[in-house]
Amino acid sequence: MAVIPLLICFPFLAAAVLLLSKNGGLRDLVSYLGAVVIMCLTGALWVAWIGSGSRPIDLYYNTEIADHVIFGAEIFMMCLVTFLCFKYGYKRVSLLSIIPTVIISVTEFAVPHRPRTAHIFLDRLSMMMCLIIAIIGGLIIIYAVGYMSGYHMHHKEVKNRSNYFLALLFVFMGAMFGFVLAESLIWLFFFWECTSVCSFLLIGYTRTEEAIKNSFRALWMNLFGGLGLSVGIFYFAYYVGTLSLRTFINAGVNGNPYALLPVALMAFAALTKSAQLPFSTWLLGAMVAPTPSSALLHSATMVKAGIYILLRLSPAMSGTVTGTMVSMIGGFTFFVASFMAIAQSDAKRVLAMSTVSNLGLMVACAGSGTPETVWAGVFLMIFHAVSKSLLFLDVGATENSIHSRDIEDMHGMIYFLPKLAVPMFIGIAGMFLAPFGMLISKWAALRAAVDEKNLVMLLFIAFGSATTSFYWSKWMGKIISHPHALTQVKDITRKNEMISMVIQAVMMVVLCMLFPFISGIYVDPMLFEMFGTSGQVLSPGLLVMLSIIILFVFAIPPVFYLYSSKIHTNRKLSYMGGINAGDDSCFIDSFGEEKRLWLSNYYFANRIGIRKIMFPCQLVTTAILIAMFCIILGVLLK
Amino acid sequence: MRIRVISAIAYILFAPLIGGLLEGIDRKISARMQRRVGPPLLQPFYDLGKLLHKQVISVTNMQAFLLLSYLVFIMLTGVMLFSGMDILLCMFTLSTAAMFLYFAACITSSPYSTIGASRELIQIIAYEPAVLLTCVGFYLVSGSFRVSRIIDVNLSNLVYLPGVFIAFVFILTIKMRKSPFDISTAHHAHQEIIKGITSEMGALNLAIFTVTEWYENVFLLAVIALFIINKNPWSIVSALIVLAFVYFLEILIDNSSARMKYTHMLKMAWGVTLVLAGSNIWVLMLIK
Repeated sequence: MAVIPLLICFPFLAAAVLLLSKNGGLRDLVSYLGAVVIMCLTGALWVAWIGSGSRPIDLYYNTEIADHVIFGAEIFMMCLVTFLCFKYGYKRVSLLSIIPTVIISVTEFAVPHRPRTAHIFLDRLSMMMCLIIAIIGGLIIIYAVGYMSGYHMHHKEVKNRSNYFLALLFVFMGAMFGFVLAESLIWLFFFWECTSVCSFLLIGYTRTEEAIKNSFRALWMNLFGGLGLSVGIFYFAYYVGTLSLRTFINAGVNGNPYALLPVALMAFAALTKSAQLPFSTWLLGAMVAPTPSSALLHSATMVKAGIYILLRLSPAMSGTVTGTMVSMIGGFTFFVASFMAIAQSDAKRVLAMSTVSNLGLMVACAGSGTPETVWAGVFLMIFHAVSKSLLFLDVGATENSIHSRDIEDMHGMIYFLPKLAVPMFIGIAGMFLAPFGMLISKWAALRAAVDEKNLVMLLFIAFGSATTSFYWSKWMGKIISHPHALTQVKDITRKNEMISMVIQAVMMVVLCMLFPFISGIYVDPMLFEMFGTSGQVLSPGLLVMLSIIILFVFAIPPVFYLYSSKIHTNRKLSYMGGINAGDDSCFIDSFGEEKRLWLSNYYFANRIGIRKIMFPCQLVTTAILIAMFCIILGVLLK
Repeated sequence: MRIRVISAIAYILFAPLIGGLLEGIDRKISARMQRRVGPPLLQPFYDLGKLLHKQVISVTNMQAFLLLSYLVFIMLTGVMLFSGMDILLCMFTLSTAAMFLYFAACITSSPYSTIGASRELIQIIAYEPAVLLTCVGFYLVSGSFRVSRIIDVNLSNLVYLPGVFIAFVFILTIKMRKSPFDISTAHHAHQEIIKGITSEMGALNLAIFTVTEWYENVFLLAVIALFIINKNPWSIVSALIVLAFVYFLEILIDNSSARMKYTHMLKMAWGVTLVLAGSNIWVLMLIK
């Protein structure tokens, strides 16, 4: 298992090389190589793990040098954040970095605890996370290499620091690997803060006023979560005397009163990281950064770190106040964020709101803490990672070609940018059409909500799934419509961007076809590891049905496509009440002049826009959070 | 097992016949309500035959394949229901089918067709929660989403699910595109959006759409029947009576009300779903 330190350190190493290299050939080469090496290392880790019987493994009991390095890095990070906070006039934010660092240092050196616990832990959940991070993250980096050169050609006003940008992407991946593999809570916290700071630096990349403002918003929200995490770790270490994540979770499962507050604090931290209400605004602000960073934040890293920790905690949250409140916040976010997504016409904003919304469903699943819901949460996470990364990259490439990311401007994209329209279509279909991941997860979530007699949750899912399909399908409809005018658009997507997207689109399709299989051989045993009960979420009858639907979805449309292309059709102009100007794109107005036809979707922006409903929703969720902590403190003080 | 296969095959073979007949009856009764004589009972079939013999005219030749997919997915939905499979997955397949119809309409970029398609999407939002809650209601009563288990109960589901039943009948009007909720397309002439979602469908395409609608109506009525059918074979007779009553009610509402704005439809449908189906399920959760 010597590959693990390599896997965590290599991205940092690649980042260092990138920082030192000048822009140009070397930069590209290092990035490509780095991405490929990371994927290979993950492959090697998988092989080694399967070779050792694919069981949970504890590793690295004695890590004095690494501990010192991590402590040093933590201090460095604190200094960096404090410096930047003072430089840009956000002095108070620096406190959110200093206090947690102090708390963690006290926990590490002053609080007595059993020092010789494992620091790295491998099981099915963390291995799966590694796979997602390596593949999706790697593909995003491959995309980013070409994208950044194009980006700086269009945006002359932004200083070209693309080697710094790529280096940050690598650091981010390294931090994520560390995070999902960490067993020591100290390490976990370090990598957690690492992702917070990385995202802060990425969002502020362009150094425009807006970027700086948004990056500091992301920073304070995430550091605030980090503060909660550090307090939780300190509390647990102080009373129980151990820094092992699994001991902590087992304490939660066994109802140890000292685990009550830390579990809630950790879940709170996860809510900030996965951009749940009331903390969703940082993820929306993150869009000012170049596309690859959005793709990375939304799919493989950052928000998934929150989901990962919630899934880890879910056995401990099952049936507790924390679990109920967390799933409440998740369900509420799922519902209202899908409303806000309807009101957006900017493709990236739709994606951002839908990320928040889908994460809400995952949080709700994790909070419920039954094997079925965790199953649903895991599949949601897998599908969401692939699909969101694909969609972000695709929207970025589309924006480069048509200089707009408004969904209205994508009308007829299948005709003028077919190579980008098809992956986009696949990405969206993967998000919500039957029999793909999203739907089957909704199936499981609904059933679990009923089994738990959680009416509120049930209503959130029932209403939220209706609104979710609305914003996706109107977008899909735009892509395949006949274009308003046959303008020529030059597709300037680079080869590496295309390769990255095609691989992800293929992955999406393969995942859709294979997921009953993945469920059986991988996810079910994973649930056994987490909950200790074995069970098959997909019953045999359901499997048959799913296979039939999958067969139909992949076979029927192509067959009919071939068949209907043979039908002799008389092409006619579309009906416009007799005033079609002759080419379907114009009509004759009441002055007898030609007017261009423009078709647009419904948005209801002034009814359900972000401005309108974000603030009340934040109030509601803040109230839920406060209620949760009040109840827990009440229980503890009794 | 055998009875499941037979009923699935029977659905494929006879659903269009029943659907067509129902439309014939619908037209006849509507005509009588409006003091007209009305067309012969088999008129829908004559219309269909005529459509099939016409030259295919279309704005885009992509439409036919989308509509055919729509047809097949609706058939698949029905087959799943009639062979006693998972009703929730049935409904998910139904919503995928509805997507194909949406695509078939908006792919043309014709103004009337596109506005009809957008409104169809709003109709989907309006009825989807009630559909999902209906499945949940069945699950609460029978302990399973499987249709074969849902009808295998001692006492009809309706006894436990009166609120859910009313909510489902309410959204049935939306699903069947009947007035006052015929906002995406209408069975009557003189609409401000011409024929809405079907504006650009002609000849073969319109024929496919019509047949699919028949299949879908039979499917929806079958879901209504699930509320009534229980272990006792005679319950099928009472189910048929209830179906006749519900269908007549739909015709009556269709003929006695004017079209609503979509905002009203959305508010009403969600309100009814939340209040009736929601409280019904809440009570069930408490007593079960």
